[in-house]
Amino acid sequence: MTDLQTVPPVSPRHSMPLTGATLPRIAPLLATVIAGGVGGLVALLGGFGWVAAVFVAWLVLVVGLPLWSRAVEGGRKSLDRLATLMVWSAFGLAMIPLVSLVWTVVSKGVGILSSQFLNNSMRGVLGEGGGIYHAIMGTLIITALATLISVPIGVLTAVYLVEYGKSSPMARVITFLVDVMTGIPSIVAGLFAYALFALFFGPGVRMGFGGAVALSVLMVPIVVRAAEEMLKLVPDELREASYALGVPKWRTITKVVLPTAVAGIVTGVTLAVARVAGETAPLLIIAGLTTSTNFNPFSDRMTTLPVFIFYSITEPGLYADEMADYAWGAALVLVAIVMFLNVVARVVGGLFAPKTGR
Amino acid sequence: MSVTEPVVDREESTGRVGDVVFAGVSRGSAIVIMLALAGVAVFLLQQGLPALGNHGEAVYGKSSIWTFVWPLLFGTLLASVIAMIVAAPLAIGVALIISHYAPRPIAKVLGWLIDLLAAIPSVVYGLWGIQFLALNMVPVYKWLEDHAGWIPFFEGPVPNSGRTMFTAGLVLAVMALPIITAICREVFAQTPLMHQEAALALGATRWEMIRLAVFPYARSGMVSAVLLGLGRALGETMAVALVLAPTLIVSFNLVTAERSSSTIAANIALNFGNASGSKIETLIFSGLVLFVITFAVNFLGRAIAARGQKG
Repeated sequence: MTDLQTVPPVSPRHSMPLTGATLPRIAPLLATVIAGGVGGLVALLGGFGWVAAVFVAWLVLVVGLPLWSRAVEGGRKSLDRLATLMVWSAFGLAMIPLVSLVWTVVSKGVGILSSQFLNNSMRGVLGEGGGIYHAIMGTLIITALATLISVPIGVLTAVYLVEYGKSSPMARVITFLVDVMTGIPSIVAGLFAYALFALFFGPGVRMGFGGAVALSVLMVPIVVRAAEEMLKLVPDELREASYALGVPKWRTITKVVLPTAVAGIVTGVTLAVARVAGETAPLLIIAGLTTSTNFNPFSDRMTTLPVFIFYSITEPGLYADEMADYAWGAALVLVAIVMFLNVVARVVGGLFAPKTGR
Repeated sequence: MSVTEPVVDREESTGRVGDVVFAGVSRGSAIVIMLALAGVAVFLLQQGLPALGNHGEAVYGKSSIWTFVWPLLFGTLLASVIAMIVAAPLAIGVALIISHYAPRPIAKVLGWLIDLLAAIPSVVYGLWGIQFLALNMVPVYKWLEDHAGWIPFFEGPVPNSGRTMFTAGLVLAVMALPIITAICREVFAQTPLMHQEAALALGATRWEMIRLAVFPYARSGMVSAVLLGLGRALGETMAVALVLAPTLIVSFNLVTAERSSSTIAANIALNFGNASGSKIETLIFSGLVLFVITFAVNFLGRAIAARGQKG
């Protein structure tokens, strides 16, 4: 046994290769092509639709590739391949509705877009010839008002939390309440605005300003969160340098801290605006529906794009097809506004954000 | 070297006044938030609690407020649970693709796209649900009714509009998908690189690495992501209001229109326009119930997330 000179009977070089057997690199691709062929063949012979063909192909792939791998590479590699297939399948399945959504909105909405559609209101219009000018204006006015209310409150609260409150009991309570506010269902915010304004103006009140208040309830927590994160990123060295020069605290905050964080705050605010611009439920309750353009948020009903879409579908009256077209057109405009705001937010954030060096 | 001049009194005093004012203003706006939330609670309670005594016509023909709220609450939970069962596995899959499977440049674009999709307004999801998804799901429902009709879930009759509880659940799932994905992706990406490389160095395959290093680290984050998505689905109004008719029925039947449950938020949205007096109290009370449930779910989600961050 201890004789080192003895050569083992079998050469280890042949029985124990350094690498295990593996499938060729193109195996997944090959399996996909084969599975696709089988699926197409089955569908062609059986006379099924393309949905069935894709399903059969998927089944063949998910069963076939792991089995092949199990025969050549062993159980663990086979499981890995199965998991990879499953994860990609989940991804593909998830993309179907999302792509379909975007495609439907664009393809159905683009047909009705015209300068007339964007510049007319629905006043006195039955069937064709109407537009969504009143709804666009309503969305812009109510969202702008909500932004005017939310941004000062939100940013100042974030300043309080980061600069003054730190970890005092009151700051902890505020943080908790902001968390609670994030979870308020949008329809409940509408009910709140209705209950509040009904106290002053009597039951049945409808006005654009009420809608702005309801949206603010939804928007403030988002702004606080975003601004708080950004203010926390401002390095303490900047504050200390400012204090060392004898600058009072409030000047430090307004001249040093806020300008450093402004890009991130603008990004957060823009994202919050995009979020509430698409909000429907509260405006349904407090801002109501009208067919004419209303520029005064303090009296009478005011239509916004989401509410217009909603009523065009639920209560179309006699002209259901035309109203459905209007709804898709309005949806496309709304999505375009929201996407534009999002892209602006990302660009602003990307251009200015990483100055703090963290 | 000149001696530093002592700070002039005038300067210092303006500084102090400014400090006091600015601190007061920022503390004031924090207090405004407290007041606003207290206001939400007080107004809802003040307008909603009188509904406790309502019966008959004021609660839409039910015997008491509780028999009115219960079917809606049931429908809300049912739709949201369907949504989570569909969305959670898919969202985790998409998040894994972005964090671990796809090549870096593609993953970056995908992450960006998912964020954009999360921003699409819910009414657009609802519009898509009623005019596209519902119609395309009808053959599936018909098949389920024919082949699995003995299960109470798929009893039918299937409406040609496809406006069923299952459609509502699917729309909610599509809506919640980007949100759950975004949170899961963040958590997956935070898994320490050392854990992952250690697992790979020991010979683990990619799936074993994910199962042994990524999932245990991300478990609490995944749970809280699903709970936050659930919170969003519970409070979602428009998608469901567009798809389902307001009914007051407790039913597990997922593929029918007439005997299908509805949700609290959709019921408020569809009935508020025509409601007056004590009916408004009833609807506001149901809103209060929704608020409490959503709050509980969100609170649980955040608590789990916070515990995960500590440990």
